[in-house]
Amino acid sequence: MNANAIATAEPLLRVTGLTKNFVIGGGLLARAPDVVHAVDNVSFAIWRGETLGLVGESGSGKSTTGRCVLRLIEPTAGKILFENSDVVQLNSDALRALRRDIQIIFQDPFASLNPRMTVGAIIGEALTIHKLARKRREFTERVVELLEIVGLQSDHMRRYPHEFSGGQRQRIGIARALAVEPKLIVCDEPVSALDVSIQAQVINLLEDLQQKFGLAYLFIAHDLSVVQHISRRVAVMYLGRIVEIASAHDLYASPKHPYTEALLSAVPVTDPEARRQRIVLQGEVPSPMHPPTGCHFHTRCPIRKLPLCSSEIPQLKETSNGHMVACHLRS
Amino acid sequence: MAGSIPASASAETSAEIATAARGATRPFSPWLDAWRRFRRHRLAVASLVILAVMIAAILLAPLLWRVAINDIDFSAHLQGPSWPHPFGTDDLGQDVLARMLYGGRISLAVGLCAMVVALVVGTMIGAVAGMSRGWVGPALMWLTDLFLSLPQLPLLLLVIYLFRDTLKAIFGVEGGVFILIVVVIGGLRWMPVARLVRAQFLSLREKEFVEAARALGASKLRQVVRHILPNALGPVIVAGTIDVAAAIIAESTLSFLGLGFPPDVPTWGRILYDAKDYLDIAPYWAIFPGAAIFLTVLSINFIGDGLRDALDPRGVT
Amino acid sequence: MQENVTAAPLLDIRGLKTHFATDDGMVRAVDGVDIAIGRGETVGVVGESGCGKTVTAMSVLKLIAMPPGRIVEGQILWQGRDLVPLAGDEMDRVRAKEIAMVFQEPMTSLNPVYTVGEQIAEVIRRHESVSRRAAMDRAVQMLRLVQISNPERRVHDYPHQFSGGMRQRVMIAMALSCDPQLLIADEPTTALDVTIQAQILELLQEMKSRFGMAIMLITHAMGVVAETAQRVVVMYAGKVIEEAPVARLFANPRHPYTQGLIRSIPRIDTGDGPKTRLEAIPGTVPSLLTPPPGCRFAPRCRYAMAICREAPPPLREVEAGHRVACVLG
Repeated sequence: MNANAIATAEPLLRVTGLTKNFVIGGGLLARAPDVVHAVDNVSFAIWRGETLGLVGESGSGKSTTGRCVLRLIEPTAGKILFENSDVVQLNSDALRALRRDIQIIFQDPFASLNPRMTVGAIIGEALTIHKLARKRREFTERVVELLEIVGLQSDHMRRYPHEFSGGQRQRIGIARALAVEPKLIVCDEPVSALDVSIQAQVINLLEDLQQKFGLAYLFIAHDLSVVQHISRRVAVMYLGRIVEIASAHDLYASPKHPYTEALLSAVPVTDPEARRQRIVLQGEVPSPMHPPTGCHFHTRCPIRKLPLCSSEIPQLKETSNGHMVACHLRS
Repeated sequence: MAGSIPASASAETSAEIATAARGATRPFSPWLDAWRRFRRHRLAVASLVILAVMIAAILLAPLLWRVAINDIDFSAHLQGPSWPHPFGTDDLGQDVLARMLYGGRISLAVGLCAMVVALVVGTMIGAVAGMSRGWVGPALMWLTDLFLSLPQLPLLLLVIYLFRDTLKAIFGVEGGVFILIVVVIGGLRWMPVARLVRAQFLSLREKEFVEAARALGASKLRQVVRHILPNALGPVIVAGTIDVAAAIIAESTLSFLGLGFPPDVPTWGRILYDAKDYLDIAPYWAIFPGAAIFLTVLSINFIGDGLRDALDPRGVT
Repeated sequence: MQENVTAAPLLDIRGLKTHFATDDGMVRAVDGVDIAIGRGETVGVVGESGCGKTVTAMSVLKLIAMPPGRIVEGQILWQGRDLVPLAGDEMDRVRAKEIAMVFQEPMTSLNPVYTVGEQIAEVIRRHESVSRRAAMDRAVQMLRLVQISNPERRVHDYPHQFSGGMRQRVMIAMALSCDPQLLIADEPTTALDVTIQAQILELLQEMKSRFGMAIMLITHAMGVVAETAQRVVVMYAGKVIEEAPVARLFANPRHPYTQGLIRSIPRIDTGDGPKTRLEAIPGTVPSLLTPPPGCRFAPRCRYAMAICREAPPPLREVEAGHRVACVLG
């Protein structure tokens, strides 16, 4: 559980200074376009076989970060080192080869499967693209194997996605990602759209797969309890920046950043007797188009100290073993 | 509003319930599902039957109705419908039914081929425009708008006038005119298809399953052909049926104006052209081909309506 | 049944059955449900998708599209009066004025082409004869009440100019504008961020202490129910399977489904021990077209016995205020 013990080996993925800006509007006759700073100078690392949780609310940039790691979205700036090659610099052939190492599972089990393809075709598509199964028989065997790994049956191959429930579709999505035997899977809110009891099934499946195949996960979610359960380390994002990174245990036991504290206290617990002092943040999340100056969180922060917090951007600094915070007052 | 009925909430609930209940009762593909929905449209199904009967009649005509189409027999001219000539005869004594059955083949062939041309050209342009992220998309749409603002009939006439003789020389009389008409009609009907396809592509390319294909390493071509096109086809098919109808009318118009096929080829429009001078003496001569055009176009339009509901993508998910 | 409400319940749903006619047959979305809500009580209706909780709520306000839906059986007694046979305009008078509803997706519940003030004012004027001026003033007051800053200015804004959390506040303002006695909240915070959710739940509590209305809170999140409800009703596959005061339900859940549900939720664990594996309930929710003949949870239940598959167990009271539909209960 100690983050330092793993730190000796080289990380599988090291992201440095990742930035993504979206330009909205513009064109010949429009006024100056708006820029959305979706991801702002984000850095983290993931080691082989471990899970890094990435939490944040809407507008935090966590989904964009996940997609940039795969280069599904082109980053504006930054380095993404996967096994020592920079993902950002890869040409299209190398990028296609990378798709065998990094895969993604999506949030929406209904939209992420092509309604006009059979389940077998969906799961086996990667095999066709990367020429991993030369003959028809090999293809079918591998697809059946994948179906069984995720807890579905072989005769599901011929069915179509709309015949399955949300949880089953999510399993299909997982099988699809596993087809190439990846080393890292970006899980973009994989259980948020599922019922609670199905969530547990899929989380257990993801954990089992991690054990079995030595997979690393970048687990993106907004549900803190799920993230804590599955992750070894957790990073908290707010408006495009990482505000705190720590081991799962440390983050939840002793959060340092005021946003993390508020986030944790906002989570409803299934214990009616617990009378907690809840920190209710005032105001709304600012728009990523016009983020506050300095520390993005200062407009809602209960402990802010002006003018420091509104003028200088706090950097991530290490406070204790592997526990990093970006706050002028707490690091 | 709290006091009024939110149609979306209750309609969604009903739809969710239906989907959830279906579970895995029996396996069926999206196309079969569409067919089931189509079957519910009684008018569309009736039209399909009528159209099928007409096509069968036209195709099997030479086997069943062995009357020559150009058997000139002045003694039998301008006779009303009778047993030997169910649709009557024209001014040369030729059997109208036989001529209609023959001409029907051409009319339908022109309709179908023109539709294919329009769909292929329109889909290609729409697909390229829909997938591009730079200046190509807007440029193609500008081209589409340009074509849309051209006056169709005068252009049709101009092109025919310019190219009819050349094509006749190369492909023979009938072939040349056929190609000319198909290209001209199809070439002026691709624009709505292009717009439709582009709109579909713009929305489909952002869908998660397309993103998933990209994440798997699929090339752009694969994304388009395997993922986007099959899901974009719904509205395109519907537009296609409308095109067939419009093409048949266009061909009939051309023939009626004397600008289509040569005079001895009895397309329905041509028969109308010949019959127009005898409307008071032999109205049946115009009524039958007119009715045939009307019925064909009407059936195709109803089928198109049925298809539109059957292929509604929202019903599949 | 209602141990702490000596008076007759405000809302008494008895034996409600709402079925939907679909291509594949009759879907029995709600199949014999009893729920009672007392004056000023907050009752949480909990269950996963397909359990029928939303259909139950929509049936109360007759918001189900009929066809294909139909209230096949049962009574919905509102202050003693059965709502089921009520005609359209009579039902309109009950809606918003006596029972109001807040939905999950505020964007689709608010009309995008009218300002927020106009929509609130419309609700007010439907039920009270006041001038437009007066209705608008009330709208501003309501916006202030739900803590929207600058209400005089915001009242002229359109729904898309508000964020998700603010829109939900607007919905709550609209719902409370006619001072209803019961507020039905259908997953009011599910689409919102966790910190905004906390704000909205706190707002609901404040509104409750100010207006004293009863709340029927429908959700799939056990945590939300634990924090806000006084009594909890657990639904599964169209039926109520457990009902208890909130503390007792979480301390001692009796039905295997409730137990499984509570155990499958990951808990934020600040202890030092090894992580425990989540206990998942195997299988999936049964089809509502052809539900299993006996107890609907039997196919997934680890304790299922032969008798469970024969007949559906009735809701029995096992201790004061705690009812369970299980032979083991």
